Amino acid sequence: MTKFIIRRLIQTIPVLLGVTILVFSLMHLIPGDPAQIIAGESAPERQVEQIRERLGLNDPLHVQYGKFLGNIVTGDLGQSVRSSRPVADEIGTRFWVTVELAVYSTIVSVFLGLIAGIISAVRHYTVLDVVIMIVALFGLSMPNFWLGLMLIQYFSIGNWMPDWMSFMQMRASGWGDSWKQVVLPVITLGTAGAAIIARMTRSSMLEVIGQDYIRTARAKGVKERIVIYRHALKNALIPVVTVVGLEFGALLGGTVLTETIFAINGMGRLTIDAIRTRDFPVVQGTVLVISLLFVFVNLLVDISYRFLNKRIELD
Amino acid sequence: MAKKELLKVENLKQYFPIKGGFLGRTVNYVKAVDDISFTVYEGETVSIVGESGCGKSTTGRAILRLDEPTEGVVSFEGTDLTTLSRSEMRRKRKDLQIIFQDPYASINPRQIVSAVIEEAMHIQNAVPKEKRRERIEELLQTVGLQPYQADRYPHEFSGGQRQRIGIARALSVNPKLIICDEAVSALDVSIQAQVLNLLEELQDEFGLTYLFISHDLGVVRHISDRIIVMYLGKIMEISDKKSLFENPQHPYTKALLSAIPVPDPDKKKERIMLKGDVPSPIDPPTGCRFHTRCPYATEKCVTDVPELRTLPHMKEGHQASCHYIEEIHSGEMQPRDYSEKTKIKA
Repeated sequence: MTKFIIRRLIQTIPVLLGVTILVFSLMHLIPGDPAQIIAGESAPERQVEQIRERLGLNDPLHVQYGKFLGNIVTGDLGQSVRSSRPVADEIGTRFWVTVELAVYSTIVSVFLGLIAGIISAVRHYTVLDVVIMIVALFGLSMPNFWLGLMLIQYFSIGNWMPDWMSFMQMRASGWGDSWKQVVLPVITLGTAGAAIIARMTRSSMLEVIGQDYIRTARAKGVKERIVIYRHALKNALIPVVTVVGLEFGALLGGTVLTETIFAINGMGRLTIDAIRTRDFPVVQGTVLVISLLFVFVNLLVDISYRFLNKRIELD
Repeated sequence: MAKKELLKVENLKQYFPIKGGFLGRTVNYVKAVDDISFTVYEGETVSIVGESGCGKSTTGRAILRLDEPTEGVVSFEGTDLTTLSRSEMRRKRKDLQIIFQDPYASINPRQIVSAVIEEAMHIQNAVPKEKRRERIEELLQTVGLQPYQADRYPHEFSGGQRQRIGIARALSVNPKLIICDEAVSALDVSIQAQVLNLLEELQDEFGLTYLFISHDLGVVRHISDRIIVMYLGKIMEISDKKSLFENPQHPYTKALLSAIPVPDPDKKKERIMLKGDVPSPIDPPTGCRFHTRCPYATEKCVTDVPELRTLPHMKEGHQASCHYIEEIHSGEMQPRDYSEKTKIKA
């Protein structure tokens, strides 16, 4: 097991290098002179030269990349052009907001998706199954910014639930009533995931339920509930876990719209603002952090496969 | 001979609905098993043979209520299994076990062997907890595996070994009846023999009763005491092994038996070739199910359903369902257009 994890960790190194190269080239893929763009169209040549010097743009590319990589490893992501604060600090305060949002949404979508999928599979081809699958199709097709707006319209403006208060604030003031702040954004983000997981669980479960060993379990006299959970679900989980991992990754990058709608000060907002104000170091930083997190989540998914299916170690 | 009835199947029917149309209504039924009755006595091996799709596996599953039978009575030691509640039936499963055809698909790939076997003992409470490990190792030895293999996963075993695991699992709760649903057909011939011999040894040792479902007449001949021949969901003939092989009465049984290869190149054998395919069980032929392919069929066969019956020239307990057993036996009736096309040199 440890060997498996170590090998899998080593395998992520090339991926990480690839990510850094892409992020690094962001700066150089911008048409024109980045220093000029950062300084602004009408900035005097002296100021542009200063920025160029500060960003090290006069060095040869490989030297620049080496410095960039070295800085990342030591946790230095550069300085925000706009606020002059270190990028790491800018991200640091917002990172957990987005991660928390993504984690809660994932928990909600896994919970709802699994239950709906299992019910659908066990009662397949009944009215209940058809209804669940139609609801899931809606959940999947609704753009989440629209869903978010509708939720605000009906629940928040109708004073049922406050739309949002920052997690930080919430933490400071204790939980109390503050769970309500999380509800709407989490529903907004979790709906599509729940729908995908429900559909995946259903098809995966249906496949397993048709297997001979399910019949064997029934012939042993195993209770139907245990047949479903111990024999069927455990075997059906691998594709579901894959989807959960991908969904979580997608959430990290996909909270932009939701954060905007609910005025949440998270990574998504930070990225959008940075792009709008051409704050390239911040853009680089956020893209890098989200990518690293994505790689890490996929690593976790791979390791969980190993727990679900002992045979995976063999290859 | 005072034989004790263990399993009595009466008028068993298994119809599977065919859903169709916009609203998914039932448009028709597959009549997989259509009104069959037979009895299995304690300690014997009864085989059900027939072509693919004749309803033999369905019969086995319907007896165990793995598919709920449409109609009929399945009495096991006097209790009607079809009227038991789900939980009563679960408890009854201790006495009725099944060994499945496919040793690869019928074991949960995520469970180690000891868990596979233990689960049955646990549910049925057949063996106290502290003794289960010991019992698992004992069972593995009984079926010719090693105790140290108990903690391995199914994929670490070969097909024959897996089938032995299936047998050990079935034996773990000390059942009275084991239904072997094509239990050896997925195995190599050499392994088949090993497993069959194992089954016979276990029968002697534990006093088991087998209902053996197979399409392989060679296997059936080896293991059975009595044989049931099925065709399109109906029983064509029931007999003890000897009279069935030496003195088949039903034209279908004769055709079936003529298909057994004889390991003698000089022996000229008349192979009865049946015309056409097995008709669909959705809309089975009227009268005798076999009349569309039977070389003796007459008008009567198209309209009247034949009953299982015994005639004076047949041994006691030997029954066949044909209107013309006597006429065919005496040679009074000859098969039609059997001449050039259908007689091949074997």
